[in-house]
Amino acid sequence: MSLHPPPLNRRAFLKLSTAASGGLLLGFRWLSAGTTSAASVNFKPNAFLSIAPSGQVTLLSQNPEVGQGIKTAFPMIIGEELDVAWQDVKIEPAPLDTNQYERQVTAGSGAVRSSYSILREAGASARALLVSAAAKEWGVKPATCTTANSTVTHPPTGRTLSYGQLANSASKLPLPASVELKDSSKFTLLGTRVGGTDVPKIVTGEQRYGIDTKKPGMLYGAIVNPPLHGQKLGNVDDTAALKVAGVVKVVSWPDKVAVLATNTYAAFKGQEALKITWQDPKVRESSDRLSQAFADAIANGTGETRRKVGDVERALGQADRVIEATYDVPFLPHAPMEPINMYADVKADSAHLLGPMQTPANGRRIASRILGIPEENITVEITRIGGGFGRRLKIDFVQDAVQASRLAGAPVNIVWKREEDMISGNFRPAGLYHYRAGIDAQGRLTAWHLNSASITSRGAVVPNNFPNGAIPHFQVDTHHIRSEVSTGAWRSPNHNVCALLDESFLEEVGHALGKEPLAFRLELLRQVESAPFGKVDYEPTRLRGVLEAAAEMADWGNPPAGRSHGIAAHYSHHSYVGQVAEVSVTDGNITVHKVYCAVDCGQVINLSSAENQCEGGIVDGIGAAWFGDMPIVEGASANTNFHTYRLIRMSEAPEVVTRFLQTDSPPTGLGEPALPPASAAVANAVFAATGVRIRKLPFIQNDLSA
Amino acid sequence: MAQFSLNINGKARTVEADPTMPLLWVLRDLLDLTGTKYSCGMGQCGTCTVHLNGAPIRSCMFPISGASNQSITTIEGLSENGDHPLQLAWKEVDVPQCGYCQPGQLMTAAALLKSNPHPSPEEIDANMTGNICRCGTYQRIRTAIQLAAKQGAEK
Ligand code: FES
Ligand code: FES
Repeated sequence: MSLHPPPLNRRAFLKLSTAASGGLLLGFRWLSAGTTSAASVNFKPNAFLSIAPSGQVTLLSQNPEVGQGIKTAFPMIIGEELDVAWQDVKIEPAPLDTNQYERQVTAGSGAVRSSYSILREAGASARALLVSAAAKEWGVKPATCTTANSTVTHPPTGRTLSYGQLANSASKLPLPASVELKDSSKFTLLGTRVGGTDVPKIVTGEQRYGIDTKKPGMLYGAIVNPPLHGQKLGNVDDTAALKVAGVVKVVSWPDKVAVLATNTYAAFKGQEALKITWQDPKVRESSDRLSQAFADAIANGTGETRRKVGDVERALGQADRVIEATYDVPFLPHAPMEPINMYADVKADSAHLLGPMQTPANGRRIASRILGIPEENITVEITRIGGGFGRRLKIDFVQDAVQASRLAGAPVNIVWKREEDMISGNFRPAGLYHYRAGIDAQGRLTAWHLNSASITSRGAVVPNNFPNGAIPHFQVDTHHIRSEVSTGAWRSPNHNVCALLDESFLEEVGHALGKEPLAFRLELLRQVESAPFGKVDYEPTRLRGVLEAAAEMADWGNPPAGRSHGIAAHYSHHSYVGQVAEVSVTDGNITVHKVYCAVDCGQVINLSSAENQCEGGIVDGIGAAWFGDMPIVEGASANTNFHTYRLIRMSEAPEVVTRFLQTDSPPTGLGEPALPPASAAVANAVFAATGVRIRKLPFIQNDLSA
Repeated sequence: MAQFSLNINGKARTVEADPTMPLLWVLRDLLDLTGTKYSCGMGQCGTCTVHLNGAPIRSCMFPISGASNQSITTIEGLSENGDHPLQLAWKEVDVPQCGYCQPGQLMTAAALLKSNPHPSPEEIDANMTGNICRCGTYQRIRTAIQLAAKQGAEK
C-alpha cells in the first residue's frame, strides 16, 4: 500500500456526518481540482457517499451522465477503495445546488481525470471509518482487520460485521488524518472489463434520450434556422403552415422560427409550408473565397505567432534544402446520431429545462437571461446524450427551447431536422496549413515552420506538440479570417486535424532525408529526451513508449502481402497514443484492414469502455478524414443529409487491436486521444502503398489510382 | 386524418393519423414507442429500422397507410424479456457507446439472422452497412452478431 499524501488539508474537502435517515454520509468535492486549493473550511460538498444501515452504498452526484461511461467508472473507483462490488454502488443525481455547478461539462476527456483521486480518497476514508468502528466494537487494532465484499472481518477470531451494521457508529468517528490508498498492483476492479450500466435498457429500446421526452401538454417544435450562413430573418408567412393538421402555432424570434404542433410530423410538414424571406449578409460565404483568403494571408506573412523557438527564418535561409507542403482542410459538421433537441417548460416565474446538454450551467444561465427569471428558479435535468462530439457544448438549442416555450406559453420539445443541423451547425473550422522544413548540409532537420490560416480567432493549431522540442528552430503561426460560418469544438479540437498534418509532413521530411518512418521519429524523440529545444509539454519517453508498442503489435515493417503499414503517434488530453494502420489500395480505393493502437492513458478504469473509446475514436478519425467534407457554396452548406455527407460505414471500418501500457500514472483522457493519430497512420500507409502524399482532405478527393 | 388498425408487437392498436405520416412518427409520437429512433428521415442511416411482417423497413420512409393490418415489430417487441440472442450478445460484448443507433442496428441484425442464421463476416458487413453508428461501434456489432449466431447454433 502507498500512503497517499493528502493534497491539502483533508478537512477542506471531506465532510463526515450522520445521514438524516441513519448511516454514514461523507460529503466531498469532486471535479474541482482548481477549487480545492482554496482549502476553505466551509467548503460545500458537491457529492456524497452514503452507506445506509441497510448496507446500500450510494453515490449522490451533481454531475450529469453523459454517455462516456462515467456512470460505471465512478462507482468502480469508489468500489475499488471501499471494497464493495461496484454493482452495489448506486449512482444517483443529487439535487442541484445552484451555487455549486462546476466542471459539469463533458469535454476535454477530463471527467475521470479530475475526479480520480478525490473518489479514491472518499472510498478509502469511508473504508477506514468502517474498519475503525469494527475494531472499536471488538477491542482490536484496526490493522488486524480486513475488508472485502462490504464486510469487515477480524481474521484471528473470524468475527465479521457488515458495512450496514457499522454505518451508524462509523459516522460518529473522527475523519482519519490520512488514509492509505491501494497500490495499483492490488486493484481487483479497476482495469477490468465491466459492461455499461445502461446497456440492458438500450438494447430493449427502453432507454430514453432527450428527443424521446413527452410531457403532458407538450408541443413538438420544429426549428427553422437561416438557410444560408449569416442570413437574418425577414418576413414569416405562416398561413399555409397553420393549415397543416396538427400545427398549433408558429413563433419567431431573431433569426429563428419554430413551428409548434401536436406531433413531430406535423411540425416538419408545417416547416415545409412556411414562406420566409431571409435577408442576405453582405457577401455570401463560399469555400472558394475562404481558400483564396487563407492562401493570401499565408502568402502575406506570419500572422499571430503561437510558438517560437530559435530563429526559423534565419535557419531556413541557411538551410541546404527547404521542403514545403500545403495541406487543405475542409469544414466538418458534428452529425451526432441523435438530432439536436431540447425541452423547456417556461412558467411565469420559473422554468424547467431537460435535454442532452453538455454544458448545463451555461444553458441555465442563458435561460435566466432570456426569461429574466433568477437562476435558482430554473431547474435542469440532463438526459442521456445520443452523441455529442462537441456539438452539444453549445447552448443555441437551449435558447431555442426556452424561446419557443416562452412564446407558445406551453412546454415544448424542440427538434432540429437533420437538415437543419447539417446546414446550420457549428463546424470544425476549415483551414490551410503551409509547412516548411529546413535541412542543413549535414542532413539534419534544423527548422520547422507552420504558417496556417483558419476562421477561428484562436487558431486551429496545436503548437506545442511533437516534433516541437526536437528541432532547434521551430515556429507556428496562425491567421484569422473572418467568416459568417460558425465553428465550434469538434471531437478533440485542433488535434483531430493537426495530428494528421504534423505526422504527414514529418514523414515528407523523413522521406526526403531517406529515413525510415519509425526510426526517424525515435531519433527525434531521443533528442527531446536528452536535450529538448524550448519548453516541451509532453513526456517524450511516454510518446516513444506508445510508438514502440504499436510497432511491436503490428510487427512493423512486415505487413501481410499486398498491404502497407503507416505509423503515427499523438499526445492529447494528457494521454499518449501510437498507432499502426494496415492498408491496401486497389484501383485507387483504400481499404483499412486493421489498426493497432497502443495507449498510455495512465490507470485504466473500465477496460471495456476504454477499448470501446479507442475503437470508436479510430473509426471516427479515419471516417472523418476519408469522407468528411462540408463545402460552402453561395452561402449554403452543400451537404444537407447523410446521402451526400458521407459517414464511415461498417464495411469500411477496420478491425482495431488495442493495448494499454501498464503505468502508475493516474488516469488521463480517453474519450478523444485515440482519434487524432488514426487518420495520420492511414495517410502514411497510403503513401507507403502508392507513393501519393495526401495533402487535401477528405482522402476520397485524391486520385490514388496512378 | 384517417383511422388505422395496426398490429404492433403482437397487440392490436388503432390510431388516428394523417395517411402520409411515416410509421416512425406514429410509433414515437402517437404510441409512445420511442425505442425506434429518428436521425436522418430519408432512409440513409437505419436508426428507425422496424420489421414489417418480419422484414426490415425504414420506418421514417414508410407511410402509415401502408402498414394497416400488417404485423409490425419494434425494438420494444424484439423479445419478451430482453433476451433475444442478439440482445444477450449485445450485453455480453458491451456494444453501445451513446447507444442511439443500437435499436436500429439490432433490428437490422435480427432480420439478417432470421434469413441467414450463419452469416459470413462479409455478409454481416453487407447487410449492416445501411446502419450508421456515429460512435463507431462497428467492430463490436460484428462480434456480437457472430456471437449470437454461434449461440443460436449451439441451442
Ligand atoms: S431515420 Fe430512417 S433511415 Fe435514418
Ligand atoms: S452508439 Fe452512438 S451512434 Fe451508435
